[in-house]
Amino acid sequence: MTGRAYAASGGHLDRLEQTWADPKGPAGWFTHVDHKSIGRRYLVTAFSFFLIGGALAALMRLQLSRPDNTVLGPDLYNQIFTTHGTTMMFLFAVPVMQGLGIYLVPLMVGARSIAFPRLVAYSYWMFLFGGIFLFASFLLNAAPDVGWFSYPPLAESLYTPSKRADVWAQLITFTEVASLAVAVALITTALKLRAPGMTLNRLPIFVWAQIVTSFMVLFAMPAVMLASTSLILDRLVGTHFFDVEHAGDALLWQHMFWFFGHPEVYIIFIPGTGIVSTIITTFSRRRMFGYLAVVLSLVATAFMGFGLWVHHMFATGLPQLGASFFTAASIIIAVPTGTQIFCWIATLWSGRLTVKSPMLWILGFFTIFIVGGLTGVMLAAVPLNTQVHDTFFVVAHFHYVLIGGAVFPLFAAFYYWYPKFTGRLLSERLGAWVFGLFFVGFNLTFFPMHVLGLHGMPRRVYTYPAAMGWGNLNLLASLGAAVMACAVVLFVVDAIRALVAGVVAPWNPWNAGTLEWATSSPPPNSNFPRPPTVAGREPLWQNPPDQPVVVGLRDDARDVLVTHVLDAEPDHRLLFPEPSVWPFLTAITTTVLFVWSIFTPWAVVYGAVPVFVTMVGWFWPKSPAEGGTQLWPFSRRTLPRPNEAPAAGGAI
Amino acid sequence: MLWVCGAVFVVVTTALLLSIVRGINNNNRSKQDAELPSERVLANGVGASVGLTVLTLILLLVASIVTGRTVGSPLAGSSAVTIAITGHQWWWEIQYEDAVPSRRVVTANELHIPINRPVVLKVTSRDVIHSFWVPNLQGKRDLIPGYTTAIWLQADRTGFFRGQCAEFCGMQHAHMAFDVIADSDRDFEGWLEAMRQPGRDPAPSTRRGRDIFMQSRCAGCHAIRGTEAAGQIAPDLTHIATRSTLGAGTLPNTPENLAAWIQDPQRMKPGNQMPANPLPEEDVQALVAYLETLR
Repeated sequence: MTGRAYAASGGHLDRLEQTWADPKGPAGWFTHVDHKSIGRRYLVTAFSFFLIGGALAALMRLQLSRPDNTVLGPDLYNQIFTTHGTTMMFLFAVPVMQGLGIYLVPLMVGARSIAFPRLVAYSYWMFLFGGIFLFASFLLNAAPDVGWFSYPPLAESLYTPSKRADVWAQLITFTEVASLAVAVALITTALKLRAPGMTLNRLPIFVWAQIVTSFMVLFAMPAVMLASTSLILDRLVGTHFFDVEHAGDALLWQHMFWFFGHPEVYIIFIPGTGIVSTIITTFSRRRMFGYLAVVLSLVATAFMGFGLWVHHMFATGLPQLGASFFTAASIIIAVPTGTQIFCWIATLWSGRLTVKSPMLWILGFFTIFIVGGLTGVMLAAVPLNTQVHDTFFVVAHFHYVLIGGAVFPLFAAFYYWYPKFTGRLLSERLGAWVFGLFFVGFNLTFFPMHVLGLHGMPRRVYTYPAAMGWGNLNLLASLGAAVMACAVVLFVVDAIRALVAGVVAPWNPWNAGTLEWATSSPPPNSNFPRPPTVAGREPLWQNPPDQPVVVGLRDDARDVLVTHVLDAEPDHRLLFPEPSVWPFLTAITTTVLFVWSIFTPWAVVYGAVPVFVTMVGWFWPKSPAEGGTQLWPFSRRTLPRPNEAPAAGGAI
Repeated sequence: MLWVCGAVFVVVTTALLLSIVRGINNNNRSKQDAELPSERVLANGVGASVGLTVLTLILLLVASIVTGRTVGSPLAGSSAVTIAITGHQWWWEIQYEDAVPSRRVVTANELHIPINRPVVLKVTSRDVIHSFWVPNLQGKRDLIPGYTTAIWLQADRTGFFRGQCAEFCGMQHAHMAFDVIADSDRDFEGWLEAMRQPGRDPAPSTRRGRDIFMQSRCAGCHAIRGTEAAGQIAPDLTHIATRSTLGAGTLPNTPENLAAWIQDPQRMKPGNQMPANPLPEEDVQALVAYLETLR
């Protein structure tokens, strides 16, 4: 059955499109609340940060390409590697996965909107302003230079008297506010806005992965916010959380940071596994083998992910018993991940496989991620860990895990969902080239780093003596980085080309089974003019031709059907908020507070006033006659008025 | 461990490749559904694989813990040498302990140890976190301000081993190396005895250099035992001429390098804590001549 069954036409459709439209024009641009618009912005912005972070990496590879190189001095190099790590973790990896979720989760569950659309709009602006803040400080020679995990006492004001460590700590606050807001919205969307019939055990695995990730965000991010706030208090107010001279504790930071920092890896990787499951299912033309095992593996990974942070601290000198516990935990987490890999292989084995460009990236993911996972098992062993910890072996390991586990699936996702985002297909031929160059370049860059680490090259050094004999492998790695850069440039070129001249995509170019393909490419403002109901895990494969659609939702107001958590039975209807500039204004006032507060603690007091004012504007009560709040303060937009009574009876 | 992981990689990748080939074949031959493997067969395969994974991991865990025990505790039997190591931005303070205070030896950036005897290192830091690492002798151990921890190592052959700071510690983390020299017991004791001697009283020809050292700011930070120079915040120079490098592995210790270092250490190791010393050329030469006598 094709998605065409969900098409609609006529005056109903026009009214619906007008109701769900975001204002056009430069002024309207700041008021968008459509999850597709925000999701696109998230993806484009995060990918831009990926390009900048990649350029910084290229500079590092230039400096390290030969021994005793002097292209970059230590001061600049230290800013560059810190900004690279911070950008990739906080401004690319987490936001880009959340951006995918913002765009896709409502479509995959058959909803007309994401939950709390204004909160999501606010989170985008916070994310953007945080990124601008970091790179503005980079241009002002004030970028953080203490590493992406910013260990005190080095990050304390005694050893970093400039504002650099404050910039880092406040950037964390920006990105955490943004990602917490998205996590709440995604969880609510996936649990309460599902199409009738989409019981929890019919939820697409991609959505499961987003739910699990979002819950991890809720528990992990507060730990790092606590840590970074304590650090900024130490620096600004003179508290002594980490100040050894005054009975503070330098190790306290490491526990708080890695309690966030290790789950962070899974926050980045679990959405990647969701992408892998989705694409494998589609291209194998069979339902996922071991759906239950895969979902339970995701949940198990999330729980275990919080129990192994200490393996980042084996070199600090732990009691043997404690270290053994964390070794065991770190080794055991390979079981759920292994289970997923075996289920994927079983699905491929028994499916009818076609290999298109998204599948290439998935196969690349397998080989690279398995290497990263195995070096991870090695790192869990204390005796090996204390040798290769903080060397290039670890650099190689986490690039295999993060690029293998997140960036390869992400490129697969770009190729897979690009037609849905833009209505155009990317080139298959260029796609193979991009993949080939990236795969070869990646291995040339990072495989030699394993060897360098085993030969004793520590990470985060801006240069090394020629006598160490590390020159050739470093040169090889730098050449590999150049190949990777070519691949990324080629991808960007193809993406821009396809936008104007790509083959026009049909509704469902891959013949996939999930609901985002049950609407046009790109989807209309209301997502689904006739919201679907669901009779199986892959509705487009399994729904019978006479599967009912949801009727009775208003077309002159943003009427949304809310369903029950477990069985997705219709519960009630809810009017969703109109576009508004207030989230943007609130993000500006919050930004002022955050940036100001690195100069004086009083900013938290005075800066809270404008935040309060904008929040009042945001939450100003609306009368039913108005149908919503004003788009801009002091302006009146003619909002749609109820011109007919809501349809009586249930939603179906 | 490398072999186990390598084997696992080969097995899983082979399974993946086979499944891809098979998946494509399934497609091309347009087989009937009945010919595809049943869910039950797949479940058995996946279950067996997971079981095998768990088994391998348990073996690795046991191996890891046993090895950890072995490398974590020193071999019993022979008496151990105890050395205190303190990290500074960006150099290593090395102190040989002794019950008699006058027999204690303080030096920097060059660790001498006897072979075939366990050496216990008590490590801490005076400023930020550093990490002590001699790849060929033992795993690394962080030097954390406020904590003193102990590790041990043992060299089984005489020779030279390189060590380097492994925890990012600021601007000059890259230039915080040290040498480990493993000697026979006799040579080691001889070296230690030589180190116990105070700084040599200069011959009249080099007395001018000593006076410059004492009168300019050198003595404020550096110590030379037996003189009034007793600064504690920079490396001890009592036997500077015996050390093979300057600036914690930054430069070979030659008279030319020493002169250049005294005049402008920021050029070779930007950001380090030693200020430039714009002294007249003949004063620098006199200083170098004096320091070269400190053997």
